[in-house]
Amino acid sequence: MIEVDLEHRLGTFALDIHFRAGRGLTALFGRSGAGKTSVVNAVAGLIQPARGRIVVDGTALTDTERGVAIPPHRRRIGYVFQEGRLFSHLTVRQNLMFGRWFARHARHAARLDEVVALLALGGLLDRRPGRLSGGEKQRVALGRALLANPRLLLMDEPLAALDAERKDEILPYIERLRDEAGLPIVYVSHSVAEVVRLANTIVLIADGRVRALGPVAEVLGRAEAHPLAGAAEAGAVLVARVARHDREWGLTELEGGFGRLTVPFLDLPEGAALRVRIRARDVILATAPPPGISALNVLAGGVEALVPGEGPAVEVELRAGSERLLARVTRRSAAALALAPGRPVYAVIKTVAIDRRSLGRHDPADFGDELEIFDG
Amino acid sequence: MNGFFALGAGEIEAVRLSVRVALWAMLASLPFGIAAAFLLARGRFWGKGLVDGLVHLPLVMPPVVVGYLLLLLFGRNGPLGRLFADCCGVVFAFRWTGAALASAVVGFPLMVRAIRLSLDAVDRRLEEAAATLGAGRFFVFLLVTLPLTAPGIIAGMVLSFARSLGEFGATITFVSNIPGETRTLPLEIYTLTQTPGGDPAALRLTAIAVVLSLAALIASEFLARRVGRRLGGE
Repeated sequence: MIEVDLEHRLGTFALDIHFRAGRGLTALFGRSGAGKTSVVNAVAGLIQPARGRIVVDGTALTDTERGVAIPPHRRRIGYVFQEGRLFSHLTVRQNLMFGRWFARHARHAARLDEVVALLALGGLLDRRPGRLSGGEKQRVALGRALLANPRLLLMDEPLAALDAERKDEILPYIERLRDEAGLPIVYVSHSVAEVVRLANTIVLIADGRVRALGPVAEVLGRAEAHPLAGAAEAGAVLVARVARHDREWGLTELEGGFGRLTVPFLDLPEGAALRVRIRARDVILATAPPPGISALNVLAGGVEALVPGEGPAVEVELRAGSERLLARVTRRSAAALALAPGRPVYAVIKTVAIDRRSLGRHDPADFGDELEIFDG
Repeated sequence: MNGFFALGAGEIEAVRLSVRVALWAMLASLPFGIAAAFLLARGRFWGKGLVDGLVHLPLVMPPVVVGYLLLLLFGRNGPLGRLFADCCGVVFAFRWTGAALASAVVGFPLMVRAIRLSLDAVDRRLEEAAATLGAGRFFVFLLVTLPLTAPGIIAGMVLSFARSLGEFGATITFVSNIPGETRTLPLEIYTLTQTPGGDPAALRLTAIAVVLSLAALIASEFLARRVGRRLGGE
């Protein structure tokens, strides 16, 4: 359990952040310069906020009112930096053991062989950081942080400096960490795809403030979340599981609170839980079930709200069963269809528009939290 | 021909003395050099400019002046000279230890500058990373800052050593020119040039001085490359 309450000034930029996060992976999500890194730096003790309180597992690490400011090296907060920050004068093994040595009296600290196995570092131990690829460096940085016996792991855009292939190489390790190590993780990102895939909870930060907090699907299902996060494309996240495979046509059928959805074949066992992101521009709205169309997915639902978008577009928030969906249509279409809250509609989704890379595994137990929305 | 290359006893003594004085000057000033460089690179305190100036003073003052000041402070009747004699039995006046002190003082600014440059280039973000891994300030310095400063430390040591080998003015003013005690290589060469028939010996010693200086340079280059490769993470 982590509680963050802080106010800080950086030049003219004011940071005013309040949130609580539980187990699993909490994503601090927002555009560059929103203040996300300052938040994790304050948690790690690298910056001292002007006013605030930071509590991790019941221990106050920072409390300006009571004069508490535990120095970084006594906080037991693991930190994986965007640029890795490996010690270039030490071997990989020495890098890994750096924090382990300071945590040598800890009872339940991870062991070198466990971490080496978890992150597949076996072949790298005697190399120096200069001879590692970007992905390998981040794996070593991850292992180094784990071995210091942290009670919380901070990750500041750990994939931002990597190309798509290297990202795919690291993501499964972060998922394993989230699911197997039982270590709470605070993950800073401006990438919708990463957040959808990894996060249990999203803290949406814009201009130094928390604008929304809650389960991934709820936060991303709202139209205003996307411009605030600087995301290029709005889109909703659906929680689904694999219902059956249609090998003849190379398709997989998913089901969830929204109904049924057909996607290109997924190599997952039946019953597997996952998340699907559907971009707003890939959703077409109709007021009656459309006959004779090539799109395979038609979900019945109702309009919840209309949010003006850029130019002639309007973003329509829909409720399909128990899930949220976003559609982007022109204002003229919205007027022609008389779209208004409460109006029943059919959302047509082109199968091929479902982004394979945004498919994330999902643990259904994560979604017990209520959505909270903060007004700017 | 053999006769030309054969070194006299006085000449051998001067070479050995010079190397000993330079090594002592270099090693004894190293901890102070690192401390001063760290203070100047990282410290924020009132009067830092004054400290900076004091450290650099021997670089711009005539060596003879440095030697005379040392004589006043560390001479038999100087306040610091008495202090060291009483507390630790170390006497500088007219001893080889005084020659080492004079060399150390004159070489100090060169050493501090080299270390400080290297220290300024250390990535502070690595020190932050070390702190998040549980290292307190002392261990951050010992395990991260100091190893990353190694190229500057080596360069500083070599500069100090080389400057010591060449020290003349401060030495002769402070501890005079006593054969076997304070007559280092430059002083021996100077003495020989003042002596009728001393030229061949002066020439031999000059050659030795060139070789010694070159050897120090090559050794430092070799070390710096090795360390550079290590720090480059290869």
